[in-house]
Amino acid sequence: MKSIHVSATVNGDAVEFICAPDESLLDVLRNRLGLTGAKEGCGTGDCGACSVTLDGRLVCSCLVLGAEAEGATVGTIEGIADGDTLHPLQQSFIDHAALQCGICTPGILVAAKSLLEKNPNPTDTEVRYWLAGNLCRCTGYDKIIYAVQDAAKKMRSA
Amino acid sequence: MRYVAATTAEEASALLAAETGLAKVLGGGTDILVQMRAGMVEPALLVDIKKIPGLREIKSEAGGFRIGAGVSGAELMRHSAFATTWPGALEGFNLIGSTQVQGRATMAGNLCNASPAGDAVPGLVAAGATVRIQGPKGQRDCPIEDVPVSPGKTSLAKGEFITSIFLPAKPARTGDAYLRFIPRTEMDIAVASAGVCLTFDASGTCTAARVALGAVAPTVIVAHDAAKTLIGTKVDAAALDALQAAATALARPISDKRGTADYRRETVGVLARRAAQIAKTRAGA
Amino acid sequence: MTTDTKRNFKVVGTRPNRPDGVDKVTGRAMYGADATAPGMLWGKVLRSPHPHAEIVSIDTSEAMKLPGVQAVVTGADFGDPESLFVSDVQEHCMAKDRVYYDGHAVAAVAATSASTAAKALKLIKIVYKPLPHVTDVDAAFAHGAPVIMHHRAFEILPPGTSANATNFCEFGHGDLHEGFAKADLIVERSFRTAATHQGYIEPNACLASYSSDGRADLWCCTQGHYHVRDLCAQIMGMEAAQLRVTASEIGGGFGGKTSIYVEPVALMLSKKSGRPVKMVMSREEVFRATGPTISSSMDVKIGMTKDGRMTAGQAVIRASGGAWPSGTMEMGAQAAFACYDMPAVKTIGWNVLTNRPKESAYRAPGAPTAIFGVESVIDEMSQKLGLDPLEVRILNAADAGTLSSYGPTFNQIGLKATLEAAKNHPHYKAPLGPNQARGLSCGFWFNFGGNTSVSLAVNTDGTVNITEGNPDIGGSRASIGMMAAEELGIPFADVRTIIGDTASIGHNDTTDGSRVTFAVGLATIRAARDAIQKMCHRAAQIWDIDPDAVEWEDGAAKPSGPNAGQFPPMTIKEIAANAFRTGGPIAGHHEVNADGAGVSFGVHIADVEVDPETAHTLIKRYTVFQDAGKAVHPSYVEGQMQGGAVQGIGWALNEEYIYGADGRLQNAGFLDYRIPVASDLPMIDAVILEIPNPGHPYGVRGVGETGIVPPLAAVANAVTRAVGTRMTDLPISPPKIMAAKAAAGK
Repeated sequence: MKSIHVSATVNGDAVEFICAPDESLLDVLRNRLGLTGAKEGCGTGDCGACSVTLDGRLVCSCLVLGAEAEGATVGTIEGIADGDTLHPLQQSFIDHAALQCGICTPGILVAAKSLLEKNPNPTDTEVRYWLAGNLCRCTGYDKIIYAVQDAAKKMRSA
Repeated sequence: MRYVAATTAEEASALLAAETGLAKVLGGGTDILVQMRAGMVEPALLVDIKKIPGLREIKSEAGGFRIGAGVSGAELMRHSAFATTWPGALEGFNLIGSTQVQGRATMAGNLCNASPAGDAVPGLVAAGATVRIQGPKGQRDCPIEDVPVSPGKTSLAKGEFITSIFLPAKPARTGDAYLRFIPRTEMDIAVASAGVCLTFDASGTCTAARVALGAVAPTVIVAHDAAKTLIGTKVDAAALDALQAAATALARPISDKRGTADYRRETVGVLARRAAQIAKTRAGA
Repeated sequence: MTTDTKRNFKVVGTRPNRPDGVDKVTGRAMYGADATAPGMLWGKVLRSPHPHAEIVSIDTSEAMKLPGVQAVVTGADFGDPESLFVSDVQEHCMAKDRVYYDGHAVAAVAATSASTAAKALKLIKIVYKPLPHVTDVDAAFAHGAPVIMHHRAFEILPPGTSANATNFCEFGHGDLHEGFAKADLIVERSFRTAATHQGYIEPNACLASYSSDGRADLWCCTQGHYHVRDLCAQIMGMEAAQLRVTASEIGGGFGGKTSIYVEPVALMLSKKSGRPVKMVMSREEVFRATGPTISSSMDVKIGMTKDGRMTAGQAVIRASGGAWPSGTMEMGAQAAFACYDMPAVKTIGWNVLTNRPKESAYRAPGAPTAIFGVESVIDEMSQKLGLDPLEVRILNAADAGTLSSYGPTFNQIGLKATLEAAKNHPHYKAPLGPNQARGLSCGFWFNFGGNTSVSLAVNTDGTVNITEGNPDIGGSRASIGMMAAEELGIPFADVRTIIGDTASIGHNDTTDGSRVTFAVGLATIRAARDAIQKMCHRAAQIWDIDPDAVEWEDGAAKPSGPNAGQFPPMTIKEIAANAFRTGGPIAGHHEVNADGAGVSFGVHIADVEVDPETAHTLIKRYTVFQDAGKAVHPSYVEGQMQGGAVQGIGWALNEEYIYGADGRLQNAGFLDYRIPVASDLPMIDAVILEIPNPGHPYGVRGVGETGIVPPLAAVANAVTRAVGTRMTDLPISPPKIMAAKAAAGK
């Protein structure tokens, strides 16, 4: 099949890539753009480890074709920190031991950031339901909820 | 496989009609990409409809709403007028998948995937929704329940695709609700589901009812006999018991990895009753 | 070995940030699928759709012709390892002449793109002759069951035993007959548990690079890269020194990444193609073809006096670890009554073969299901006798001096303290709402020590680099560094711990058995003491005094008394700066087969709410009590307790391998293999007890595994009390609850 040429913006940078028509955005990020922060945990939209933002909307990059990113803005885990200053969510996850193996962490951080942009003061229940599509097998989610809430608190008073 | 982002509805329809191999529509992609990856479907042509003008818009029309087939759950959820008018239809749609899936999934896609358990469908059926279909010969409308014919199959002809879903003006004192049973709290396919829409008169008597049952038959059941148990009543405990029994009697479920037939049969009756109670409250009756 | 329990710890017990934290929150950390190599090919595996079949023929000729395909591999490419264990592992990775489960690998291809490799698989023509299959443990045990493999029984089994039975074990002591005769109440009940999967979010992945001089490098996500090296070297016919395995960061293992799956296939493809080969399993492949837990059925019989004292206990466990022999039921048989002081006890375990993938460990293998049965019967008896279930546990709890049900006599253990903590915790007395009920269970894991090598280098600026060989699955890098900092008396920030590859230091057993904080910690402490001794010698040299007159305190060498000399303390930085002039680089190391691991007991309390009409079950409140011996980094200990508890909750409520009558796995994905999601759970409160383990310098006990043991019975006991009928079949799904209620007339 003939490859498709795509122009998009990733983490604020203009990028161009070619991809197969049936290639996912996740595979493009990981295999063509060298951005391996988004992970494939399932390939079927059930685990959220591949979470990115597409035109500001939280999505699973395994459920988006690379071709669909034409003209779009993509945000990945690699774009969350500001240079060498961690985002409050990233710092909070470290401070609260909200990660063990860390494989789900990029997806959860992208998802949590998206939540706090829409709802800066969520309840624990709202955080849990928002993150229901991000599977974590190590932590039992407990410290993740604490970390998100603590970051939210810090961001509200900033 | 070829990927084309159609720029008009006519172009999309023509491409779909002309393709000799398997041609599929790409809306949100949350079903088709999973099926492609699993090797269940291998399209020769994928037509992306999201760049067609109007397909991502939500418009008021004749007192109701016309929702473009490319509108995602996340977008529809933020439309406060729609959310307050048709909460039952919306909550069915919004229950599909995760926040991430909601960022892409569409009602038309859920409908055309034709899973017996599609969450968007019962609420839309109960609300009396219709779909607008673009084909090689032009447009046509049809009731939403006429689209799925069996698991994985729709009544759309070659070259046809849905451009919008229309929810009519909601009569006064009308409420709708959707409930489903899943074993976890999120992320599961419905084991059984019910969408109910009730209209009451000033005395609190139910004058119109639509009950739709999901995941208990090859396609959604438009449960006329169940709806009849409520019409003319005040939807009191006795009427609700009758509704529950009627819904259970109408169910034709299978046993599979998600639930037993017995369980689904019993549970759909419970859900129909609980959804009717919520619809009644929302109607202000 | 002396344990310094009164020590005033300065670093151990605090909660510093983990050293790999920034990499993991920025996406920089490199996991199994994240590595690439120049000229890299993509490998893909073709898998059997039959649960049991002879492979009549394999024709790969069309696949080889597809442009972009560089190598094809089948079972014929592999040799015959001497060791039966290695031969079984190899056969599980690539079938020989038969396939034994749905998803069994039969061929693999390496090509210039993943999509080309996938296309090539479709061109491989395989002729199968299907054979009768059996996937259920009891069906496999019965007469007339299809035989999966002949002559695999480990012992002489009683005549008439199924040909699929391979392992048998028996543990216990005392006179059962006499014990049951003393009981006021005897309950016999049978239980069934479905197989579950560890559910790690990172699929197995590796990158293999075999060069024509017979050396190879392998990058993979694993819990034990030395074990990977040993297995792959034997399979590839290589010497250990020629195969260097590097462990990537690992995205979860829980015991499921303690073996090999695609690694030898990638090595063989790399050898045949002359190029590096990357292989990443899909989620479906992970479910179909890596190692789930055993599935089991068991019969439990317990005798109890009317005051709640157990007089006798018996359990027969029938487990299946898939199509190859498995010894997991031995650990289950040992663990079943391990929490209790039993006057008479007998546990018997059987393993039978079924047409399922080869089982792998999953956190305390064998114990969760075995203890589920015993704790359920104890709960039932507490109900029948009108006794408080927690008091019954306390009355029977094992303690120091108890002859355990599996043989050893316990020394200091923490079960009674854990039970008392549970009894006095507000959760136990909290009021319950409508449709709610409370359940509890004890749990136990042996914990292991094992072979460990650690090297500790003192850099010339006085900072310290530790090289250890155990992939970090729970934060151990931080704990290891903390123990070194504690021992050396220097700040944690001055210590950096890395996990070296197999060529860097001596052998290390796999990260499993909750052994790392114990064994690697112990080795690190001794390596630090080794370095300290060397640094004291350097100070003595500089001061020109006897080395025996120098001691170490707070990160510095000092004369041990006024008679030794009037010298101010010489810090590690000063000694290190002078290293080259006093004899050369300074390092300490330690190699050991560590013994003295301490068992870890836990108690869980679960509150559930069950919808009376749909049986939808919610966990409303959950508290974990566990003895950690000494919590080096309390946040990571809590993390293990919480994570294990949630895995156990999933196992109790929703998770199961579902095989159809056709022998095929029906739910090979996260949609229908349902692990707990964030909205399913409340906060998991974690209470750490510390009853020091005499076998470790700081009293450390392993904590990683015990946490998955109690939830199965804690949740089952709670649901049982909520619906009024005993739940004996895991997972406790709503259809099962409604059916059980109907059968009990409720």
